[in-house]
Amino acid sequence: MPGFLLPLLILSPLAASVILFLFAKRISARGAGLLAAGSVGFSAVISMVLAFLLLSRTNADPFQITLWEWMRTADISAHMSFLLDPVSLVMILVVTVVGFLIHLYAARYMADDPGIARFFGCMTLFVAAMLVLVLASDLFCLFIGWEGVGLCSYLLIGFWYENPANTAAARKAFYITRIGDTAMLCGLLLLMTSAGGSLQISHILSAVTTGQLSSSVVSGAALFLLIGALAKSAQIPFQTWLPDAMAGPTPTSALIHAATMVTAGVYLIARLHMLFTAAPLVMTLMAVTGTLTLLMAACTALVQTDLKRILAWSTISQLGYMFLALGTGIWQAALFHLVTHAFFKALLFLTAGAIIARVHHEQNIFRMGGLFRAMPGVAAAFLAGASALAGLPLITAGFYSKEMILSSVWPASFALAPGLALSGHLLWGAALAGAFLTALYIFRCVFIIFPGQPQTAISGRTPRLMAIPLACLAFLSLAGGFVEMPDALVPVHLFTHMLAPAAAGSSAAISPDAVSHIAISGAEAPRWLLLAGGIAPVAGLAVAWVLWGRTRPVMREVPGQAAIVSLARAGSGTDRLYDVFFVQPFRFLAWLTRHDIIDGLITGAGRMTRRLSLFFLQVRAGSLGLASAGTITMTREGDLLLTRLQNGRVRWYAAWIVAGLCAALASALLA
Amino acid sequence: MSPLPALVLLPFLGGIAAWLADRPRAATVLRNREAPWRISLMVLVIETLLLLAATLRPSIHNGPWTDHFSVPWIPAMGIAFRLDMDGLSLSLIWLTLILSLPAVLLATRQVKTNAGAFHFLFLSTITGIIGTFLATDLFLFFFFWELMLVPMFVLISAWGHEDRQRAAIKFFLFTQGSGLLMLLSILGLVIAHYRATNVLTFDYFILAATPLSPSLSLLLMSGFFIAFAVKLPVVPVHVWLPDAHTQAPTACSVLLAGVLLKTGGYGMIRFNVMLFPEAASRFAPVAMALGVAGILYGAWLSCAQNDIKRLIAYSSISHLGFVLLGIFTGSQTGMQGAIIQMLAHGLSTGALFLIAGSIQDRLHTRDMRQIGGLWAAMPRLSGAGLFFAVASLGMPGLGNFAGEFLVLFATWHVSPPMAVLAATGLVLAAIYSLRMVNGIFLAAPLASPKPVTDFPAGQMAVLGCVMAFLLVLGLYPQPFVTFSAPSPPAVTAATGEGVSPP
Repeated sequence: MPGFLLPLLILSPLAASVILFLFAKRISARGAGLLAAGSVGFSAVISMVLAFLLLSRTNADPFQITLWEWMRTADISAHMSFLLDPVSLVMILVVTVVGFLIHLYAARYMADDPGIARFFGCMTLFVAAMLVLVLASDLFCLFIGWEGVGLCSYLLIGFWYENPANTAAARKAFYITRIGDTAMLCGLLLLMTSAGGSLQISHILSAVTTGQLSSSVVSGAALFLLIGALAKSAQIPFQTWLPDAMAGPTPTSALIHAATMVTAGVYLIARLHMLFTAAPLVMTLMAVTGTLTLLMAACTALVQTDLKRILAWSTISQLGYMFLALGTGIWQAALFHLVTHAFFKALLFLTAGAIIARVHHEQNIFRMGGLFRAMPGVAAAFLAGASALAGLPLITAGFYSKEMILSSVWPASFALAPGLALSGHLLWGAALAGAFLTALYIFRCVFIIFPGQPQTAISGRTPRLMAIPLACLAFLSLAGGFVEMPDALVPVHLFTHMLAPAAAGSSAAISPDAVSHIAISGAEAPRWLLLAGGIAPVAGLAVAWVLWGRTRPVMREVPGQAAIVSLARAGSGTDRLYDVFFVQPFRFLAWLTRHDIIDGLITGAGRMTRRLSLFFLQVRAGSLGLASAGTITMTREGDLLLTRLQNGRVRWYAAWIVAGLCAALASALLA
Repeated sequence: MSPLPALVLLPFLGGIAAWLADRPRAATVLRNREAPWRISLMVLVIETLLLLAATLRPSIHNGPWTDHFSVPWIPAMGIAFRLDMDGLSLSLIWLTLILSLPAVLLATRQVKTNAGAFHFLFLSTITGIIGTFLATDLFLFFFFWELMLVPMFVLISAWGHEDRQRAAIKFFLFTQGSGLLMLLSILGLVIAHYRATNVLTFDYFILAATPLSPSLSLLLMSGFFIAFAVKLPVVPVHVWLPDAHTQAPTACSVLLAGVLLKTGGYGMIRFNVMLFPEAASRFAPVAMALGVAGILYGAWLSCAQNDIKRLIAYSSISHLGFVLLGIFTGSQTGMQGAIIQMLAHGLSTGALFLIAGSIQDRLHTRDMRQIGGLWAAMPRLSGAGLFFAVASLGMPGLGNFAGEFLVLFATWHVSPPMAVLAATGLVLAAIYSLRMVNGIFLAAPLASPKPVTDFPAGQMAVLGCVMAFLLVLGLYPQPFVTFSAPSPPAVTAATGEGVSPP
């Protein structure tokens, strides 16, 4: 059993991370880069070995290993256990191979930063956490990786902490994903309590298929998990954190906020697709959310001027495609798009980093211009990434993965209520419009940045260590799609065949009705679908050429007043909406209650008691004083009187005696 | 010979020695101005070794109660000096020592004024705490309960920060007042037992079998509950905590947050749930609601604080809400979650208070706005601060999350809405923790930073051990769960083990 390789895969970057954090001061910049890239490269080698072993094995069993039992009590059992099947194999290959290329690039890119050890410490920790996430066979273990990648993302977005804007962006990213994580935790708790205290994925899925879980539990859990996935993948309504996350170093944006972490939500749903297929309403919600997100984000990308933010919105948009695919039930297509997207988006980010480094950290595309002559190699790489993102037909990987999604959405139908369904044609139309917009906004970028006259000073050369990963990724972005092609062209299905064992398990488990609309090959789809999917990006490219590409462009920037712009700015509008409705009220209320109310009440009561007792004390003291003063006066007056009586005159005394006698006699007689 | 009485008395005797060593004549003989500090450190090391011996010592019988000690104290009243140890008390005593060692090592050395008295009082508090965890005679328990309170009061009011008098009096009034309610409950229970069986005793195991009417048991339980609720603290009676924690000297903040609060949780397990199981289950909805209120209220207030010690103090209230919630879920899982949460909170918050104290010692302020980013100047201290802040926001893989997860799981069984509300506390936890991280660790340094020194490697190693504990607690809590399981009182009675009748 090669299962023992799985912990090794994680241990390698983890050990590098610990070393980097412990000896941050003593490690040279070169050493840090070497150690980090080396450890991730080692993981990449192991994952290739694992891929070879897994694909060449005779039976269909995944590789498994249980490290230890996290907890076992009367009603709970959780394990630290890992599993490698084709789905997680795809993910570990993406994480380690793309991760290795990005680390290689970063070793040069970050070489002059004083905090390089901290940077690579976080990056390698991220790779380790991401590997835990994708390898976990227990949802509890997965959750450890899930939050771990969020923490690393926070640390890396706020890497340049001297600028408060960066740390604010980092906190925003963490808070929003934490909201999703909390929802996901609730989903896990719901599953755990209903499925007998275990979160083992196989156990949960078999509980779903055997009907041990009621449909309301399944729908509830699916909804909670979906919220977690949406937040992690920056889909509506959680999309606002990702553009701000671009405050981090560019290799971070490439690795975490494009290639791997943001796709964790897609992976989670693909991993649990059987649970989600049992909740059709949640599937519909997922598909609709994905469609809305992909349109909204593409529109927003069209009006951005910051190169990295354009790419961020484009990531959100592409993730929307994946969610649409997941909602349709074709999780294989979602994974395929995940892989190609990881290639071309990492490429685009790394090229953007190379460009930005050479134009003195200028990120506004309108101040670049004319870069083609100065950096033809980088321009070619960016062009490769852009065409893959746009999905230019036949020659790019993006075309094949997007085509696979589009052709399966068309025949699908989405349940809304019993007897009521949303036709797939509608979502297909929206996704096609999205494909057009994608080509439009990315070639807008290309045509503004590269041709024409230089707008800023361009300096330096792109170092070779940075160029090699660009070349590799450019190759993958173009050729990576040939593993899976539509039947109408060449019937190659390497990717879906590789995933077949996992797919077979699922189609055997769920009822045939549920799978009927899930067309993986798109064979029954009409041929013009393929044509439409090919024409949309080309049309986008053409329009972009007309608008921005010709020597005398129609317009440099989209006019600010146009109605479409206000629609397209919706992305940033949500930000303001949240600020007004959530952030500011929260701040205000927190500020208002910064002094503990209960403390105030009790202190107030104490103060009142003190006042009251002081008052009583005064009253008491006053009355006593009054009484004593009265007594004193009376004694004194009486004393004076008696003194006056005792005057020594015998006649007075005799008169008093007689008067007293008379009085006594009178009283005796009268009584 | 049972090591239990030595375990209880050693810190107190060591404290007397520390006090004597600080007298002028003794100081000249010892030629060491830090003698009290050295003696305290030595005492704690010996105490740790003693505890190690007690842990490794073979159990006296096969039951969950591993050790026992009893001598008559006031036979006429049926009061005995009775100590018993089970997994729960053992693990909490370990927590006490694991936290007081770094506290003494890192924080009490700076105490220069009247150091002897300081260390005497500090060690007396530890005696009180250990005694509280071990006493199984209710009168003795009350005695230790008060013993841990009085020295702490003096420590805060004499060595605290700017507003110490008020904080100390508040602390004293709340804990003392609620302690009296507990005494009433103890007496009520004893009298009820005397009426029923004509035997006058304060013995925990005998009293556990007292037949009580439902209303009386609820009344007696609420007396205990209020005392423990003040100590834990539970929300409406928490108000002494932020002031006391903020004003106390660093070592005392560590002890207060790390261990003293745990006596409340311990008491709830041992004396509410175990002594009055039936009344506790009837009371559970109220207690759980209070727990959720505490989680949200503490976290909410923590988000608005600028004083770092106050921020940590309010976060403690939030974390201990999980403990209350877990204890009253009525399931074993919830109880174990509460215990894990107590251990993890003790470690993480104790360490945070140590770090906050170190910052205050160096910069003479606790206001986040005046501290600025420390990462550039003090990477070690900031790294440790980041780690513990992340632990306290409930990062999976660290101890706090393990506890919170188990508690939430148990709560979900009882009431899903309550679990969802409690889980919302995790979002607020992220807000206050990261606000602190971006306020003082990962932030731009102030324009005119004062020259500061980072943690030396030795101190960092101590904190490193605490970090390792938290990691193990988060990644592999199973041994802790097995180890720290509380034992019901009925077990000893069943095994017929030496219960001395008066």
